[in-house]
Amino acid sequence: MKARAFAYARPSSLAEAHAAFAGADGDASFISGGQSLVPALAMRLQAPQVLIDLSAIPEMRGVRLDGETLRIGALTRHAETLTEPLIRAHAPLLAAAAPFVAHPAIRNRGTVGGSVALADPASEFPAMMLAMGAEMEISGVDGMRRVAADDFFQDLYQTAIEPGEILVALHVPAAGPRHVCAFDEMARRRGDYAMVGGGILAERDGAVIVNPRIALFSVGPTPVRARNAEAEIAGKALDADTIAAAQRALDADIDPLDDAEIPAAMRRHLARVLLGRLLRKLETCS
Amino acid sequence: MNMMAGTVPLSLTVNGEEVARMVAPRTTLADFLRTDLELTATHVGCEMGACGACLVLLDGVPVHSCLVFAVQAQGQSVETVEGLVASGALAPLQQAFHERNALQCGFCTPGMLVNAHALIARGSVPDREEIRDAISGNYCRCTGYEAIVDAIEAAARKANGEGAE
Ligand SMILES: Cc1cc2nc3c(=O)[nH]c(=O)nc-3n(C[C@H](O)[C@H](O)[C@H](O)COP(=O)(O)OP(=O)(O)OC[C@H]3O[C@@H](n4cnc5c(N)ncnc54)[C@H](O)[C@@H]3O)c2cc1C
Ligand code: FES
Ligand code: FES
Repeated sequence: MKARAFAYARPSSLAEAHAAFAGADGDASFISGGQSLVPALAMRLQAPQVLIDLSAIPEMRGVRLDGETLRIGALTRHAETLTEPLIRAHAPLLAAAAPFVAHPAIRNRGTVGGSVALADPASEFPAMMLAMGAEMEISGVDGMRRVAADDFFQDLYQTAIEPGEILVALHVPAAGPRHVCAFDEMARRRGDYAMVGGGILAERDGAVIVNPRIALFSVGPTPVRARNAEAEIAGKALDADTIAAAQRALDADIDPLDDAEIPAAMRRHLARVLLGRLLRKLETCS
Repeated sequence: MNMMAGTVPLSLTVNGEEVARMVAPRTTLADFLRTDLELTATHVGCEMGACGACLVLLDGVPVHSCLVFAVQAQGQSVETVEGLVASGALAPLQQAFHERNALQCGFCTPGMLVNAHALIARGSVPDREEIRDAISGNYCRCTGYEAIVDAIEAAARKANGEGAE
């Protein structure tokens, strides 16, 4: 349970980080909070020549409001999403999800960017990027590009980030008073990865739900938008019939696999129950 | 920027003292504390973030020292259970753990104390749910947790409750 020997670099700019990756001929791993990477190194699932520590890169830090968009630096720690006023006000789904992510000490160290870059299908924050309609700011040797959350999560642990690219920041359309949101998950023990989980962000016009975005996790290889369920609630008030229709529609949105612990049919059932709970507790969230 | 194999220089503050050593980058902070500095109150169980025996304060907040490489703590401040005991910071918790029989083999105790200390340092009296949340990442294979929750609750009342000194 010890990592293989590696060299260590702590670049102070994105350019230096890309140079370090190139200098290792790509046999390098980036480390942010290390809360997923260090166990992977200890178990020797990965054994890079060089560990490139991203923690000293200024562009990856801080949270600020740029007009209508909240820019969340990739190095923002899980714990900060619970305390940072700008996140609580404008990305309330992140703050609502954070208490469900791991345990307090892991939240003190793990970063939002690390979680999104890893894209564990059972993780809370990647799915919330989908629900919030975030854009990922990615740095490569040729400069910066932006990828929408809907195009970012591609397959199991596979995102739009190419080898050697760095997730620099998350750009979230700032939520305001007109928004409603809800987050919930079902796990066997507190802090465990969820059996199913999800979040909803929408606008409310009187009693009517507008532009709903529903994202679920632990229901397949990537977090997923529940587009059929969204279509059932868009433009409607959330009465019992509408909620039941959304729950029925959800079946076509998800494709869980059987695994050793949880059969696919059980995940489908839990997802329907969870969606009902989420829709019943949608409320003003910032 | 340097990119070196072998050992690299590391300087940090441990329990208030400046420490400078050469370390291999793959050395975890837990192994550095235990092996290089002989501070063995930090326990190592799973080496993968699951058991919580290895918690230390890094720049004031609890982190798993098995999930931090020592080199990542360059320039930072580490407090271990040894330091917290020496400063007297843990005395009320130690007393409460003793009185409530909140430890048996004691393997989990350092990690429990670090998390409990950080929880109480917030300044309020946590309810039992909050205490359970705070120690949700700490395994104890002996006590069944109830006595630990009791002890933390008692220490928190004493520190922060009505009539606290
Ligand atoms: C006991 C335990 C329980 C946990 N429970 C949960 C849970 O319930 N829910 C949950 O979501 N997570 C959970 N986690 C994982 C935790 O949230 C991690 O912090 C998170 O997944 C990764 O963030 P990090 O900053 O630690 O990333 P790291 O571990 O540093 O990196 C993770 C991966 O992403 C890459 N990477 C990191 N940052 C970047 C970047 N900026 N650009 C490109 N690539 C990058 C790394 O190379 C690595 O492959 C748990 C972890 C532990 C140990
Ligand atoms: S040894 Fe660090 S959590 Fe178990
Ligand atoms: S007292 Fe033995 S593990 Fe907790």
